[in-house]
Amino acid sequence: MELLVASATGVMTAVGIYLLLRARTFPVILGLTFLTYAVNLFLFAMGRLTINQPPVISALAAGYADPLPQALVLTAIVISFGMTALIVVLALRGFLESGTDAVDLDLPDDGDPGKSVASGDKARLPS
Amino acid sequence: MNHWIVLPTVLPAMTAALLILALPHNLTNQRIVSVGATLLMLVLAIGLVVLSSDGTPRAYFLGNWPAPFGIVLVLDRLSAIMLLLSAALALAVTIYACAGWDTRGRHFHALMQFQLLGVNGAFLTGDLFNLFVFFEVMLIASYGLMLHGGGAVRLKAGFHYVAINLIASTLFLFGVGLIYAITGTLNMADLAGKVAAVSADNQALLKTGAMLLFAVFATKAALVPLHWWLPSAYAATSAPAAAMFMIMTKVGAYAIIRVYGLIFGADAGPLGAIVAPLVIPAALVTLAVGAVGVLASRQLRDLVCFSVIASMGNLLIAVGLFDGPGTTAALYYLIHSTLAGAALFLLVDVIAKRRGKDLDRLVPAPAIAHETLLGAMFFLAAIAMVGMPPLSGFLGKLLILDATRNAAHAPLIWTVVLGASLLMIIGYARAGSVIFWNNPKPTPDSAAPPVRSGSNRLAATALVPIIVIGLLLAGTAALSLGAGPLTAAFEATSVQLLDRAGYIRAVLTPGAGEN
Repeated sequence: MELLVASATGVMTAVGIYLLLRARTFPVILGLTFLTYAVNLFLFAMGRLTINQPPVISALAAGYADPLPQALVLTAIVISFGMTALIVVLALRGFLESGTDAVDLDLPDDGDPGKSVASGDKARLPS
Repeated sequence: MNHWIVLPTVLPAMTAALLILALPHNLTNQRIVSVGATLLMLVLAIGLVVLSSDGTPRAYFLGNWPAPFGIVLVLDRLSAIMLLLSAALALAVTIYACAGWDTRGRHFHALMQFQLLGVNGAFLTGDLFNLFVFFEVMLIASYGLMLHGGGAVRLKAGFHYVAINLIASTLFLFGVGLIYAITGTLNMADLAGKVAAVSADNQALLKTGAMLLFAVFATKAALVPLHWWLPSAYAATSAPAAAMFMIMTKVGAYAIIRVYGLIFGADAGPLGAIVAPLVIPAALVTLAVGAVGVLASRQLRDLVCFSVIASMGNLLIAVGLFDGPGTTAALYYLIHSTLAGAALFLLVDVIAKRRGKDLDRLVPAPAIAHETLLGAMFFLAAIAMVGMPPLSGFLGKLLILDATRNAAHAPLIWTVVLGASLLMIIGYARAGSVIFWNNPKPTPDSAAPPVRSGSNRLAATALVPIIVIGLLLAGTAALSLGAGPLTAAFEATSVQLLDRAGYIRAVLTPGAGEN
């Protein structure tokens, strides 16, 4: 079980990092999602992997499962879920305003950041 | 328990909820409530500074759970000073935003209060996972503030900012997970006792966790090589948001002081002072990169962003000493650089608005309205930022140089600090003379330059931003006028910080020294 959980965490982290380094926003978001999955699994395993153990004090228990990591994971899931939703909306708005979903935006760097880009090249969709 | 300690997190949370739920469409009332609540926060912070000035750290047990099991807030001199700074900055920024920026998008004031909640919580908490949660609250609000006003460039820069901070948050969780796995606790005081007793075969894992956390805090504090997000994010966002974000880099510095001063402090066994060899070299490079960036900037906004990076370099040189004089200098410089940076971001906004289509580009343009006044303010803000007498940047830098006198490689540190100051003086002098002195006469065919139209008197709405900037500059002047008593207070703070046993006692054995 240890090998399975450890390699799953490792593979997901590797996939996440690979996708994060892509130049389009959608793979980057997927990469972030993979990273948060990996960290959730990782946190969960940090209470040590146990099977069939109660998390609360009981007279019959031979041992206990750590009850804290699930609370940490729950907090982490809530935050990362909300943030994923936010960044998806952000990427969509960026795509609609600039006409491209490239992560980098090659604009003259001395423009007014509050202004929209001239909407002439909305047709310049990613190939 | 003293319930005043929890109020700096409750007050902004309640205000933000009130702003969103009760006054979503009424901007005038939003402004009144927001400014009033921030004013109240400032009074509260002053009260907490007075409360903490007796030198005993006070713990607040949420839900009255005993210390290592429940979440604990701790008020000591350092957190009280940071609360006061964040409240003062938030008040200035909120008033500035009332002069027009808060009409460019909805919920500016609510986001501002949420940001204040996160920042205050991060300064107060005594629990590592709770620190993560308050970091997230602060960041989530900052994403909203960052995007305030919209626009394609801001959205793209915002995407970078959000992505980088999400990666940093993930690393934070990995670090916290590792630390919990080894020690079985996340309470900072409890950790401080347990880190020294970790068995030899677990030390590598714990060290990995500590270094991951350091990477996160260094990202927040814009330490080279993790600083590249800052110029694009701060230059692309709205001026009040950028000014408020000045406190966020300081949260990173605060976290470094707290975590690596308390948990992994000098006497924490084999893992004591693990980041100390890294901080000063990285801070020196940060300072150099910032100074070169100041020289290379083609816009005023970028210039300020890079001088913020340089000031973080200065600050972290002092933090990296992890001793009494270093912490004293760091605290003084931290407050100075927050005020000076915020004043500059707001001033650049005022100047850019008056230059019309030229914005803040460093190109010759017709003279702007109220050039003498704004030019004088830019001059003052610039000498504060680069660290020339008589404003507080000079004294802060002097304290840092004095603190590093006995450090290893002191000549190198002095060379970099003084050389970077020279580069920044050149950068600011060039920028100021282009903006304020190189004013060609407007040619008749140029389309209506925004120059000295109508009377030269300031309208009431134009007066508010200038008063706010003036107050921030007056803050740096007050910092240098009151330098004697203030450094005495910061020295007491650094003594309290180095007294790790006192902090641990206050949290783990309540009742002793607790009211």
